[in-house]
Amino acid sequence: MASKKIHAIYTDDDLLMQAVKQTRAANYHISEVFTPFPVHGLDHAVGLAPTRLAITSFLYGLTGLTVAVLMMNYIMIEDWPQNIGGKPSFTFYQNMPAFIPIMFELTVFFAAHLMVITFYMRSKLWPFKKAENPDLRTTDDHFLMEIDAENHDVEKLTKFLYDTGASEISLIENEQDH
Amino acid sequence: MYTLPSKLKLFSIIIMVLGLVGIAYGFLTAPKTVEDVKEIMAKQDAHHGEGHAAEEHTANFVDVARGEEGYSEAAMEHATDLKPEGHGVASHEEHVLHQLQTRPWSATFVAAFFFMMIALGVLVFYAIQYASQAGWSPVLYRIMEGITSYLLPGSVIVFLIVVFAGSHFFPWQNEELVASDKILQGKSGYLNFPFFVIRGVIYLLGWNLYRHFSRKYSLAQAEANNYDPYRKNFKIAVFFLIFFIVTEATMSWDWFMSMTPHWYSTLFPWYVFSSIFVSAITVIALVTIYLKSLGLIPFVSDKHLHDLAKYMFAFSIFWTYLWFSQFMLIWYANIPEEVTYFIIRIQEYKLLFFGMLILNFVFPILVLMNSDYKRIPWFVVIAAVFILIGHYIDIFLLVMPSTVGHNWYFGIPEIAALLFFLGLFIFVVGTGLGKVSLRPKNDPFIKESENYHF
Repeated sequence: MASKKIHAIYTDDDLLMQAVKQTRAANYHISEVFTPFPVHGLDHAVGLAPTRLAITSFLYGLTGLTVAVLMMNYIMIEDWPQNIGGKPSFTFYQNMPAFIPIMFELTVFFAAHLMVITFYMRSKLWPFKKAENPDLRTTDDHFLMEIDAENHDVEKLTKFLYDTGASEISLIENEQDH
Repeated sequence: MYTLPSKLKLFSIIIMVLGLVGIAYGFLTAPKTVEDVKEIMAKQDAHHGEGHAAEEHTANFVDVARGEEGYSEAAMEHATDLKPEGHGVASHEEHVLHQLQTRPWSATFVAAFFFMMIALGVLVFYAIQYASQAGWSPVLYRIMEGITSYLLPGSVIVFLIVVFAGSHFFPWQNEELVASDKILQGKSGYLNFPFFVIRGVIYLLGWNLYRHFSRKYSLAQAEANNYDPYRKNFKIAVFFLIFFIVTEATMSWDWFMSMTPHWYSTLFPWYVFSSIFVSAITVIALVTIYLKSLGLIPFVSDKHLHDLAKYMFAFSIFWTYLWFSQFMLIWYANIPEEVTYFIIRIQEYKLLFFGMLILNFVFPILVLMNSDYKRIPWFVVIAAVFILIGHYIDIFLLVMPSTVGHNWYFGIPEIAALLFFLGLFIFVVGTGLGKVSLRPKNDPFIKESENYHF
């Protein structure tokens, strides 16, 4: 199946924000926006759902805390409760102050690393991944908005994008693999 | 423009009167002689019967693991920290008498300091906003200034209490005791009464002068057509912060740590500071929510509330960090001269000691972690109530175990003092808020602050 996309390039982030808002108001579907740096409020303007990464991080943190508690309870209290320097190894809570640094660090460790890995997986990033830039200039100083042109009049859409201040507009037709 | 509603005014006056009556009752009913104490103890014994006899032990140790009681009695025999009046005690009754006489003093001091530290902490927060040229907070300047108007009456009362409490609070002021105690003699270069009073006067002057001038320049800025008053405020804020960090440390040594003059801890001043700071920010948030609900500050948005709630969250964790650092280092090393401080707190105040951790750490962290909840006023209010109760207990635990030991009780003197200073706080802060418009004008960052969002 051939898909038709229109790439509109802007040279200014304010112009881009304005164009995104107008395009959304005109009921065109923006499939992607490429920018060289984070544009404040762009996700909101495009209408992206808020991220749930923080929630996953909280759950990972709880996991780390559980791992730390179970590990030290098993090692220090259950498996071989030795008297080390007179520390009370009779129950977990009696010796807890000594475990808290580890509990804290493991909580942070799990929360941070698993969240980062989740981020890589969700955004499909890994070493040797083929870069997806439609235009190299979008990593430097240009902003690119990609719009589905499938069911629209291309002439009309181009005119519309021209009016939003696009400096370059190109029609992209590519055969998809599947 | 805010005016203290007449109902709130009446309410504050009523609880002030009730509080005063209760405080007076506390002082008048304190036992006067050893005979009174014997009578009280006899009554208690009659009430509790035989099963209670174990608690009459002066030793504060129970070795759970070995099932023995008071095994460190010998080690504790010479520790004056658990009995503020120290070696000079003739009998157990005299010891109890002293603690019971101290109780109304301690009860008043805890509440007085709790409300004074809120005003002081707000002043520090205010100075930090100036010194860091914060862009989000100028809309809150008038609110902070309103709260710090309590500093003058509050700090004077606290000063009077610590000066007149004498050896009720500070065993090193008991000359007989110092004469027989080498450790106290060694510390008398710092812990002596004239120097103690001079230091107190310096703190009071420094803090109140900064409050006076910052308020003056802040109001002058509203009328000015240049930024000179703002520049002056910036400059004095920087110097105040330097002054404060030194005096806060010595203040907490003077007024809290010297209640147990054999004990010392290096990060104690920071720990007291974190308690001051988090309660202060919490009160700013509460007053902001209150004024916002009256529709008086339309220029303050939920984004400002979000920031305040973030501060409450972060400094609750900061407090816990310092609390734990102090506790864990002492618990771990377990040096007898240091660990007495926590032994009495854990054995005699167990519920408060660990309950305050839940109030000050677990609840704020769970309630305020979600960023959406930080913008919902009633969520912030719930967290604020937990934090304020928690830090009242914190101050209670700084003072009570060191002064009244195991003869503590949360009764009329404590509640009355809390009511009196709460009334005074509402009255003074309400009046202070009402003096000028709540909208700061001409501040260089006010525009940014009013349009603040993220």
